[in-house]
Amino acid sequence: MARKSKASVESTEVLSGENAIQNKEIEGLSQGQIVRKRFFRHRAAVISLVTLIVIVIMAFTALDFRLFGIWRVPGWWRWTPEDLPELRFGDCPNDTVGCPTISFMPKFLGGHGIGLGRHPFGQDDIGRDFFALVMKGTQRSISVMVIIGSIGATLGVIVGSIAGFYRGRIDAILMRFVDFMITIPVIIIGSVIGYRYGNLGATFLALLLGLFAWTGLSRLVRGEFLSLREREFVDAARVAGATNKRIIFKHILPNAVGVIIVSVTLLLSGAILLETALSYIGFGVVPPDVSLGLLISQYQDSFTTRPWLFWYPGLFIISIALSINFIGDGLRDAFDPRQRRRISKKERQDSATAKKLAQAND
Amino acid sequence: MTAFILRRLGVLGVILFGSSFILYNIAAISGDPTADLRLSTDPNRDFLIASLTRELQLDVPPPLRYFLWLKGVLGIFVGNPNFGMGRDGSAVVDSLALALPVTLRLVAAATLLAAILGIMIGIVTALRQYSRFDYSMTFIAFLLFSLPVFWVAVLLKEYLAISFNNFLREPQIPMRWIIGIGLISGLFWASVIGGSRKTFWTAFAVAFAASSSLVAIFGATGWLLNPSLGPIVVLLLSIGIAFGVTQLSVGLINKAALRASLTMAGLSVVAYYPVNWVFDNYPGSLSIFLMACVLITTAVFIGLAFSKIDRAPIVRTTIITAILSASLVIVDKYMQTWKPYMQTDAINYRPVPTVGQRNDLLDSSDFWISSLDVITHLFLPTLALTLIGFAGYIRFARGTLLEVLNQDYIRTARAKGLSERTVIMRHAFRNTMIPMATILVADFAGVVGGAFITESVFAWSGMGTLALQGIRSQDLNLLMGVFFITATMAVLANFVADLLYSALDPRIRVGSGA
Repeated sequence: MARKSKASVESTEVLSGENAIQNKEIEGLSQGQIVRKRFFRHRAAVISLVTLIVIVIMAFTALDFRLFGIWRVPGWWRWTPEDLPELRFGDCPNDTVGCPTISFMPKFLGGHGIGLGRHPFGQDDIGRDFFALVMKGTQRSISVMVIIGSIGATLGVIVGSIAGFYRGRIDAILMRFVDFMITIPVIIIGSVIGYRYGNLGATFLALLLGLFAWTGLSRLVRGEFLSLREREFVDAARVAGATNKRIIFKHILPNAVGVIIVSVTLLLSGAILLETALSYIGFGVVPPDVSLGLLISQYQDSFTTRPWLFWYPGLFIISIALSINFIGDGLRDAFDPRQRRRISKKERQDSATAKKLAQAND
Repeated sequence: MTAFILRRLGVLGVILFGSSFILYNIAAISGDPTADLRLSTDPNRDFLIASLTRELQLDVPPPLRYFLWLKGVLGIFVGNPNFGMGRDGSAVVDSLALALPVTLRLVAAATLLAAILGIMIGIVTALRQYSRFDYSMTFIAFLLFSLPVFWVAVLLKEYLAISFNNFLREPQIPMRWIIGIGLISGLFWASVIGGSRKTFWTAFAVAFAASSSLVAIFGATGWLLNPSLGPIVVLLLSIGIAFGVTQLSVGLINKAALRASLTMAGLSVVAYYPVNWVFDNYPGSLSIFLMACVLITTAVFIGLAFSKIDRAPIVRTTIITAILSASLVIVDKYMQTWKPYMQTDAINYRPVPTVGQRNDLLDSSDFWISSLDVITHLFLPTLALTLIGFAGYIRFARGTLLEVLNQDYIRTARAKGLSERTVIMRHAFRNTMIPMATILVADFAGVVGGAFITESVFAWSGMGTLALQGIRSQDLNLLMGVFFITATMAVLANFVADLLYSALDPRIRVGSGA
């Protein structure tokens, strides 16, 4: 107990020193540079960013795809989800078939050596390569997520800024509408839409789901606009003769961008969980298309015998959602002007010595 | 205030009207109930289509049909709600009445558990800000946020239920488990307690030794097959509870409070045999309720008897101690029921179920066995929902407490020399609970939506299953019935949260301006 109060006294003493350290750091940097610098200091966020980029690149280059429907760009992976290679019999535990060949145990420890093998994630019941399937599912899930996210973000920002900026009757109408939409659980509306339009393809489904994903964001943006539009710089711009459009795009939006970006990341991680959940209960992406949630629901019955069919899609969902959540956390810290970094002991000592030296020089 | 409440209720009515109108039309446009009939080769196909059209009034365009539906629903105000007929010819109201308690039970258990655990861990992370414990809990919270609930549910089914049931057949706890559990609990407690390196390792050693020997004893004595606490353990735990509750609520320095709660703890053990006699001879919720009333009255009297000044906190402490130690007696009763429960033919030593909300094969004449059955069925779905839900509480409680700790009144409290316990529990914790209470209420409604998936994984026949069934079979009335109930609950919960906020936080005045 005593320790704690002592620490707090200490922290007030060094506060001026900390401020000096923090101010020194951001001296002469633009807002973007400060945000970037703060973001790259958030270790978990940077690791997540790298992970996400690796997953995206891996998933989208692994398989063949058709550029504009004409040119076939070959992928680096040897199988496609349509290939039907022979099922791997033997040397699987518990007499199963098609087990994963990926191995991390080096040979000198009695393993098979580090390597991917022919079917790193194993094979499904008819022999399709599960790595190819998971990559295809990841592609689907990521593109659905991005579509839902971008439509939701665009609509949310537009509606929120109009409501917040113009206030009055427009605001009342729009926000009542948002109230209506927010009361409907997203899983219900997603299921209703997914059941009817899931067979029209993942892209179309994502477009429709995006139309219902903007409500939370629009409330947030509206709140931000309501407070920002009363600030002096907006008055100054108006006095200087700026049009409404200019004030919205040049003065208010850049100030609200932190809040928007952070909640868009939340929207994205929510979108991938929504898509996988809908596909799982059969109201999302439907076969023959592949998505991560669909893979899990198709193979959950074989969990006891061939657990890899269940593990790998789940692992990818979690990695994507987790990375996005951490990136969002990093961005929140980066955009928060009140955010204080912990000053390390060394920096504190350095600044104290510098102060002493300066005093000695005086 | 009355005007405010009335106005808000009016707004809620408008919101419910608007959202149900939107959903009705979306659902009606996206699903054609006669679609499957059109494809059938039944000779009297046209007749079936015509009769269905007449029954569900499909010839009325959806926006107008909505009002026909609304007219039936508004019968709620005259005590005769009519949610229409389902596709299978049964009234939707009846299906809802069956499903609602099932979902409520699940959601209430999950929300409560998630809130209690989440708030406790969140507060500890805030008090140990930037420690390893804080970082690892933050990571775990983010991980839980990112988990798809269906994936967790399937995992829990596989590992917790099936493996645990297999394990119970021959409950020998292997050595590596004993050491593993000991290590985990050692690390957990050591990082919660924190402090210097010496305290850390002492805490680690004590927690490690305690939990691994406990687990070893459980394994050696077959406790898992025939668990019980017995009066002595109940007494020891009650004394521990008395000390803990007193320390947290008024501090051990308050001797009157300590004496009162110790007396209460002692009483709960004196009452152990009589209470068990009542449990055996007059089982049922009514006798538990009556005994709870007696218990709380006794606690109030004991609290009053031991205190001279400052009575309210002491009485409060005594009541909390009484409730906690009485729950130990109930837990003990359930533990005694465990063995007969497992021996029934319906259970046959596989007590953790993976599907359904109750075991229909079980002879439900015994109150304790059938309620234990409900509890075991609740176990996995509640755990799945709790795991997903409590991450949010950790983050929120941490953020709120940190914000409160930065306030001036906390500095004032510290400056006037109050003990750290008083500062945290009296000044900081109470102010943290204001936003937490409102979140809790609002979240309760949100979890109903999250329960949809969980219900479908665990094959519960609750609201979620009804909604999915409504969508699959194009049963608009069924879907709208589920939606209407959940939406009303959500909207009312938000309303209650607002009122609660204004009641708890004196800075907020409703009715004057709003």
